[in-house]
Amino acid sequence: MFRNQYDTDVTTWSPQGRIFQVEYAMEAVKQGGCAVGIRNKTHAVIAALKMSQDSDLSSYQKKVFKIDNHIGIAVSGLIADGRILCRYMRNECLNHKFVYESPLPVARLVRDVADRHQVATARSWKRPFGVGLLCIGHDQTGPHLFQTCPSGNYWEYYAIAMGSRSQASKTYLEKKLDEFESCSLEELVKHAMRALEESCGTRGKKEDGKDAKLTHHNCTVAMVGQVREE
Amino acid sequence: FPLPHWSRTRTTSGEPGGEREREREGERRRWTRRQAAMIPQSSLPSHIASGPHVSPFTNSNAGLQADHRSEDIHVPANAASVPFAVAPSTEHAEVNLGEPRKHTTSPYVTGNSVLAIKYKEGVLMACDMLGAYGSTKRYKSVQRVFKVNETTIVGASGEISDFQYISNLLEELTTQDFCYDDGCTLSPKEIHAYLCRVLYNRRNKMDPLWNSLVVAGVDTAGESFIGSVGMLGTSYTDSHVATSFGNYLSRPLFREFQRDDMSLEEAIALMQEALRVLFYRDKTSINKFILAKVSGGEGVAISKPFALDTKWDLKAFVNPSKHAVGSW
Repeated sequence: MFRNQYDTDVTTWSPQGRIFQVEYAMEAVKQGGCAVGIRNKTHAVIAALKMSQDSDLSSYQKKVFKIDNHIGIAVSGLIADGRILCRYMRNECLNHKFVYESPLPVARLVRDVADRHQVATARSWKRPFGVGLLCIGHDQTGPHLFQTCPSGNYWEYYAIAMGSRSQASKTYLEKKLDEFESCSLEELVKHAMRALEESCGTRGKKEDGKDAKLTHHNCTVAMVGQVREE
Repeated sequence: FPLPHWSRTRTTSGEPGGEREREREGERRRWTRRQAAMIPQSSLPSHIASGPHVSPFTNSNAGLQADHRSEDIHVPANAASVPFAVAPSTEHAEVNLGEPRKHTTSPYVTGNSVLAIKYKEGVLMACDMLGAYGSTKRYKSVQRVFKVNETTIVGASGEISDFQYISNLLEELTTQDFCYDDGCTLSPKEIHAYLCRVLYNRRNKMDPLWNSLVVAGVDTAGESFIGSVGMLGTSYTDSHVATSFGNYLSRPLFREFQRDDMSLEEAIALMQEALRVLFYRDKTSINKFILAKVSGGEGVAISKPFALDTKWDLKAFVNPSKHAVGSW
């Protein structure tokens, strides 16, 4: 994308019907650390690659958050924006549990979050959230995997990857899609991690100091499902 | 006058367990056969079931109300002797601007007991159709059972207007579920928890919703649920629940005869006995009842109003003063 005269404000449309600020926000998500999500009939799993400033010196930035016993998210893009959303989601879940004494259905929470994203795209004094979420959850309708986007859209997936070099992960997921349906939780986790590994590449340490291999330092896995005590 | 069936078991104490069980079984069978003729037609919601039928409460005697409304002037010894004021007059409201707002400090149009029991396939709820105005039996077609969604019904005793408000809240929740359109609906347990919070919150504001609510239903997983919430926010769940006078008159019957695996016919028979006792003994009750049932898979059904056979030709009623020596 190149700079143009319609990209200053989030409240400015281009003649082609695009809002460039929102698309730039989606770029921020594409540059973030890779995250992969898969779900089948009984479980949903996310695996995320954590970034660090310098793999020798600094810590790895936490990007997988537990929202409630039955919901978790992986964040890609501006992690700070992700933490705000995480706080909002936790609050919503707690309120629902207090009033109704039952867990908040996942789809409703994701919809609320998506509506919040949309508000930020329609106010001249705000900027869009620079973050995409992969949200997994389990409720009375089974396990779910959702992706949200700075534009305020959200989609439900069987398997998805987002972030930098996620195309390689997506290719792996597309190839193995038929296997996910009936595999066990352990298999599902392995698939997610293998998909994540695709996005790392196979060479040694890269020039920009980022890792090329999955280790327990830079990878986080989260899962929800019906067998475990969520 | 035949003794009530259940007292027969009481006389056989100390018998070996087996015989007692058999006698109980026989008694139950006799009971259900006798009641079989009176099973009401439980059909899908009729026009009666589509909403409460309380007449609009028009206050035409504003002048008259002003005299009787102030509680400082006339302190009644007996609540029934004071005509009820309907709406606070404007002058009173102006005078009391600096004082705490008084809300429902006493109920006006009230319903009496609601009963609910679990049976094998689901839950059964019953109540009469009276909206009493103090001692006056003023509104005789009040439906005090509200269908929330396909899994839950809510019955209320106490102030009818507060129940209408609660019905509105529940309808809003159901509409919200409909708009989400994601396959999730509120289960009886969730509705019970929600109503607990609403009633407790109102009580904390010293402005209670003057109701005792019964929430009953079967959730999508097939689990039956009966819960009760009082006007103070007190709540509990059980296999059988009753409000108001039903607590004293009907629950002993339920404790004795209700089982979670009762058949529908047995449950209806038990319910009808409980309703009959209430009609005999509760002074603000009428012989016009409805039954509502929720069963797994079949959803909610609310019956048409029915009346029960009652027996008033007791010898003591015929000649009341026969044994009353020295009274007039």
